[in-house]
Amino acid sequence: MGKTLAEKIFDSHLRDEPFPGTKILNLDRVLCHEITTPVAIADLVWRNKDRVFDREKIKVVIDHVTPSKDTKTATQAKILRDWARRHDIPDFFDVGRNGVCHAIFPEKGYIRPGYTVIMGDSHTCTHGAFGAFAAGVGTTDLEVGILKGVCAFREPETIRVNLTGNLPQGVYAKDVILHVIARLGVNGATDRVIEFRGSVVERMNMDARMTLCNMAVEAGGTSGVCMPDMTTVEYLWEFIQDEFDSKEEALEDYQQWVSDADAKYTQTLDIDISALEPQVTYDYKPDCVKTVRDMQGTRVDQVYIGTCTNGRIDDLRQAAEVLKGRKIADSVRGIVSPATPKIFSDALAEGIIQIFMEAGFCVTNPTCGACLGMSNGVLAEGEVAAATSNRNFNGRMGKGGMVHLVSPATAAATAITGVITDARDL
Amino acid sequence: MQKSFGGPAIFLDRSDINTDEIIPAKYLTEVTKEALQPYILEDLKLEGFDSKGEALKQAKVIVTRENFGCGSSREHAPWVFEVNDVHTIIAESYARIFRQNMFNCGMLAIELPKASIDQLMELQERGNVRIEVDLSRQQVNALTDGEEKQFGFDISPFDKALVEAGGWVEFADARY
Ligand code: SF4
Repeated sequence: MGKTLAEKIFDSHLRDEPFPGTKILNLDRVLCHEITTPVAIADLVWRNKDRVFDREKIKVVIDHVTPSKDTKTATQAKILRDWARRHDIPDFFDVGRNGVCHAIFPEKGYIRPGYTVIMGDSHTCTHGAFGAFAAGVGTTDLEVGILKGVCAFREPETIRVNLTGNLPQGVYAKDVILHVIARLGVNGATDRVIEFRGSVVERMNMDARMTLCNMAVEAGGTSGVCMPDMTTVEYLWEFIQDEFDSKEEALEDYQQWVSDADAKYTQTLDIDISALEPQVTYDYKPDCVKTVRDMQGTRVDQVYIGTCTNGRIDDLRQAAEVLKGRKIADSVRGIVSPATPKIFSDALAEGIIQIFMEAGFCVTNPTCGACLGMSNGVLAEGEVAAATSNRNFNGRMGKGGMVHLVSPATAAATAITGVITDARDL
Repeated sequence: MQKSFGGPAIFLDRSDINTDEIIPAKYLTEVTKEALQPYILEDLKLEGFDSKGEALKQAKVIVTRENFGCGSSREHAPWVFEVNDVHTIIAESYARIFRQNMFNCGMLAIELPKASIDQLMELQERGNVRIEVDLSRQQVNALTDGEEKQFGFDISPFDKALVEAGGWVEFADARY
């Protein structure tokens, strides 16, 4: 019987099986940000165990509220900063060099096929785009990860989602994943890995694959994964060229993680996306999804483009294409947060930032910002946003606010008209 | 050290109660568990539920529906229960991270089938439901005026070991 990518990673990283069905895995990466890590640090200090298992496997960023907005967030940043210094952690990203965790860590080449990755953040599943097993965990798991380099998992079953056909013009990875979540439901993938397969995924670049995997958790998934291929190798090449003689050799090595043809899946979902329309969420759950045309005309107060779902360069390009030469509606506040400094500077070089500014957008520094309603664009009660983020829970972007999740192109079109709009209708 | 499990119950008859409803993101700037205490379930909108009410203040057990704790990985969600002395949740199902966080903190996230949750929900009409958990026998006892109901539950040996150890840090530290 063949094995899935997740099963291969579990086999190769197994440290212990204290009870049948519980696998303790060795970790390749423990990622940290300033919201969930300080409490783990405080607890380690309190237990008199202020140590790290491997300073080079721990990567640290301040991203959720940055630069700090008040004494409390400054304290969180300081706890993380002091800890990173105290343990001489080489990869720590502070103001000016920091960006959204799930964008900056892959961009630095830290995530490789076959890796095990945890972070105290539910969207850690994003990193599965590289053929890694990457799972969000709570602070206690994070704490044990930092101290011991292990994490416990139930061996996950895998759902295979085959995406075939051709992505229509004006339809993007975000629309695909919203559709997949609507099909699976918000807990349809609980305790499972979602494997994104098929010709559509094979043609996607890494930015788009990360968008797919990012939202696996919105269907309850432990991780989203894509098979490593030449696209993965090309993306990583600048970081791995010393390890391999050629890209072909790297590809051959990474093939060891690809799911076997006779691997077992608990569920297979075949979706031909050739007729897919741009998608948007309504209500407060990410599986409440309609076509944008069905929601056409819904008023919004704010448009937010950025986040770990859609704040990468490709996303900004798609939004800028719609915005070019146009102005956003007077009634709308447009905010764009490029997800990392590199994305910001690439967007500057490509003239994308100029397009956003001329359209009337506020361009912020790289940060999560408004995504979780902590800074940089919190909604007032009763206000409505269209956002390229991943979560539309009640109060997510501010108490009493409503969030419609959309692709960058739909967000841009919506900013122009002030109402939910299909970019193809402009 | 093992926590105690049981006491007055409160019923949240809705599925998909998410972590933002349990503890809104704006309170994630707190760096101690205790500071979260007043904000338990602050953004939960549910008919008849008052996050500042007496029923929640008294409660030590929560009974709810499917996919409880979905959303963010924030352990602040179990912590806000912990510092409010709610050490037991009984639901049809959970989001993975929330469930693991509960056990990692040495608390109980018990799963019961829908039919059993329906029976528990019916008890609330009689008022003053107490639920006691016997971990060694894996049994939930629900008591109300003149009626007692019992339900067996499954718990993985690992999760049970975590609860008995008082949490994952203790378990891992002794072993790895
Ligand atoms: S961008 Fe939003 S969803 Fe992503 S890590 Fe930041 S807060 Fe979480």
